[in-house]
Amino acid sequence: MKKTMKLSIKRLAGAALAASLAVGAQAATLKMAYDSDPVSLDPHEQLSGATLQLSHLVFDPIIRWDQNHQFEARLAEKWERVDEKTVRFTLREGVKFHSGNPLTSADVKWTVDRLIDSPDFKAIFEPFAEVKVIDDRTFDLVTKEAFPLLLNSATYIFPMDSKFYSGLDAKGQEKALLKKHGDTYASKNASGTGPFIVTERQQGVRVEFERFDGYWDKKSPGNVDEIILTPIKEGPTRVAALLAGDVDFIYPVPPNDHDRIRKSGNLDLITLSESRIISFQLNQERVEAFKDARVRQAINYAINNEGIVKKIMKGFATPAGQQSPEGYVGYVDDLKPRYDLKKAKQLMKEAGYEDGFSITMMAPNNRYVNDAKVAQAVASMLARINIKVDLKTLPKAQYWPEFDERSADMMMIGWRSDTEDSANFTEYLTACADSVSGWGQYNSGNYCNEAIDVLVKKAGSETDPAARAQLLRDVERKLYAEAAFVPLHWQNLAWGVSKNVAAAEVVNTMNFPYLGDLVIKE
Amino acid sequence: MLLFLMRRLMQGLIVMFVISIISFSIQDNLGDPLRELVGMSVSEAERDALRDEMGLNDPFLTQYARFMGNALQGDLGQSYFFKEPALDVILAKMPATLELVFAASLIIILISIPAGVYCAIKPDSWLTKLILGFSILGISVPVFLTAIFSIYFFSIELGWLPSYGRGDVVPVFGGLETSLFTRDGLSHLILPAISLASIMLPLFIRLIRSEMSEVLHTEYVKFARAKGLKKARIYFLHALKNTMLPVITVGGVQIGTMVAYTILTETVFQWPGMGFLFLEAVNRVDTPLIVAYLIVVGAIFVVVNTLVDLLYGLINPTVRLARSGQ
Repeated sequence: MKKTMKLSIKRLAGAALAASLAVGAQAATLKMAYDSDPVSLDPHEQLSGATLQLSHLVFDPIIRWDQNHQFEARLAEKWERVDEKTVRFTLREGVKFHSGNPLTSADVKWTVDRLIDSPDFKAIFEPFAEVKVIDDRTFDLVTKEAFPLLLNSATYIFPMDSKFYSGLDAKGQEKALLKKHGDTYASKNASGTGPFIVTERQQGVRVEFERFDGYWDKKSPGNVDEIILTPIKEGPTRVAALLAGDVDFIYPVPPNDHDRIRKSGNLDLITLSESRIISFQLNQERVEAFKDARVRQAINYAINNEGIVKKIMKGFATPAGQQSPEGYVGYVDDLKPRYDLKKAKQLMKEAGYEDGFSITMMAPNNRYVNDAKVAQAVASMLARINIKVDLKTLPKAQYWPEFDERSADMMMIGWRSDTEDSANFTEYLTACADSVSGWGQYNSGNYCNEAIDVLVKKAGSETDPAARAQLLRDVERKLYAEAAFVPLHWQNLAWGVSKNVAAAEVVNTMNFPYLGDLVIKE
Repeated sequence: MLLFLMRRLMQGLIVMFVISIISFSIQDNLGDPLRELVGMSVSEAERDALRDEMGLNDPFLTQYARFMGNALQGDLGQSYFFKEPALDVILAKMPATLELVFAASLIIILISIPAGVYCAIKPDSWLTKLILGFSILGISVPVFLTAIFSIYFFSIELGWLPSYGRGDVVPVFGGLETSLFTRDGLSHLILPAISLASIMLPLFIRLIRSEMSEVLHTEYVKFARAKGLKKARIYFLHALKNTMLPVITVGGVQIGTMVAYTILTETVFQWPGMGFLFLEAVNRVDTPLIVAYLIVVGAIFVVVNTLVDLLYGLINPTVRLARSGQ
């Protein structure tokens, strides 16, 4: 601990000299360890948690989610709906990019055009027609049809410095080039409006950030002027680094180490319920019995979700009976996890499968928290209703190709809604598979109910929030009644921090902490 | 000598060629690299288009021929994750790994020789029993357990040493950077080096002990004793020299193995070397990097074995290099 302090003081002195007046008296250094570091400095290269975490440090969105799941004004100071396809935004005055260029509506247009073309983000921005620039600080976001999730999608707009990314780089490539596997300018250089500038980056080893002294948000309480991010892959090592005082902010914390951090005198454990649903899908094309709703219900009744959460997840998850977590528009309060072994056996008997059958099951073993153990537990629970499970668990790199092939009768999938909205779950997981619209892309169960698809489509253009919620709740009820899939639980998120790091105020269920506003106490 | 080196070079090239075929042919079973490059919601069609663009849909022979063509010009492909030539990425991480292996070897040499010799000279002393007892423990405890325990003990409980990573580095000749000469660097190096050494140390203590006790029973040692030479001279000059021959042979092979073992040690300590890099590459299905790593490690094995054979000839002039190269 002593050593850490000494180091940070040394670093502080250096930073203070360099930035002269800009550094306040309480400025502090945050040393953090994640399990991975961002693939690229290009915010559009990959839609992943690490990219979004980086985007919130280096770039700033026009609006963002606050901790209560409401929209918070960022670069856009206000917005209003003009008609059912258009929302008009006004940018804040005097916002500057790291390069010194001023932020204008043209930058927003440039960014959205790039998003619409990017392989990873085009799905989110597919409903968008264009950005109409009205003047330097005003622009209209226009969708092709009436679109209720316009603001949800707008949280993905992190304006990039269009002047900075224009022209050719030293290799003669366009600076704006977006390429997955290429050495592009944008993947190594960044200019956003965010609170931090990347000062040094050794991929896979460390990333250093320094606070941007021209940051527009002068009201932010944040006093972190330097961040050192180290990826530490191994859970025990990450926890050890926190316990030893070598770092003061870690994510994720393996469930087995929660107690140690909680009991330690100078550390805090912060947990939040994440919106990622962990579930199993029952492949009806491979197994005749899964076409029978009674068999699917029996499986739901045979699996003890609460037991899994308690025993395997150590309480570090919320048992689920539906796709939407609490707080989502489609969430229905009375759809509880079902567990009743007697009823399960009876349903199997009614369906004519009293003697059971054999199936294959696949699950990843390094993708979700305790994924392989959860799959083992489910397999042994199914044995009690005479379903014999041949389980295979694989590393995620090999699991996804198998999932694409639908190569087992029961497959595990975890899903987080990119739009923070209920419809997204059905579109990807339980809608009839359609290669043109892309619906049902992760529906390895081949479950298909046209009536449900119609409801979700309707919700896609319903701009009245109350009517829309009604539609999406209907969807959840229908899926529950038909036991379309097997919901298990929503995972939790856990951060371990030193007591003087006031992280609870800046973390959120989307898992991109707003570190620009983080306060480190003396 | 020259003939020997030429032969070795040929053998090395064949070994590397075989490694490249094997590693290239297993890459299809490692998973889909595209999955690691794109987000979950990207459609199959989109992924397939990217796969086409990257040439991953071509038949095996086409891909291999392209790889070989580039490899002959020194280009082992571009890492998907680092977006830089795979060979450059590995060479940039190599000093950290070699530093770790060097430090571990040093620990092994400094401890195993005196300990092994002592055990041979005084087979019945309590210290011998203690050393041998410890070495059994050392052999049976896996390296990641040693590593985690040492982190727990020295970093968390005692707070003496840092828990992860590599410390400050200083440049030495030719832009090479090392942490061997800074206080911070050394403090970061101690735990990983000890953990890595713990795998081989027991083996060497036992090897030296058994070789030494054999040598101590030979006629020339008895003769030296009868002649009244000083004990230290007998043990450390005459006996040890002959003990070292098999030890060096084994040592050469084991240094290669140790490079392989860095995969575990580096992962636990987040040591930014090429072993950790390799494991990450496997997780990310960064196939060009995996292939390049296997070829580079193959090259290290060949070079180390050649050096050992040369050294062998120096210590034991009766060995003729040309023959041992066959």
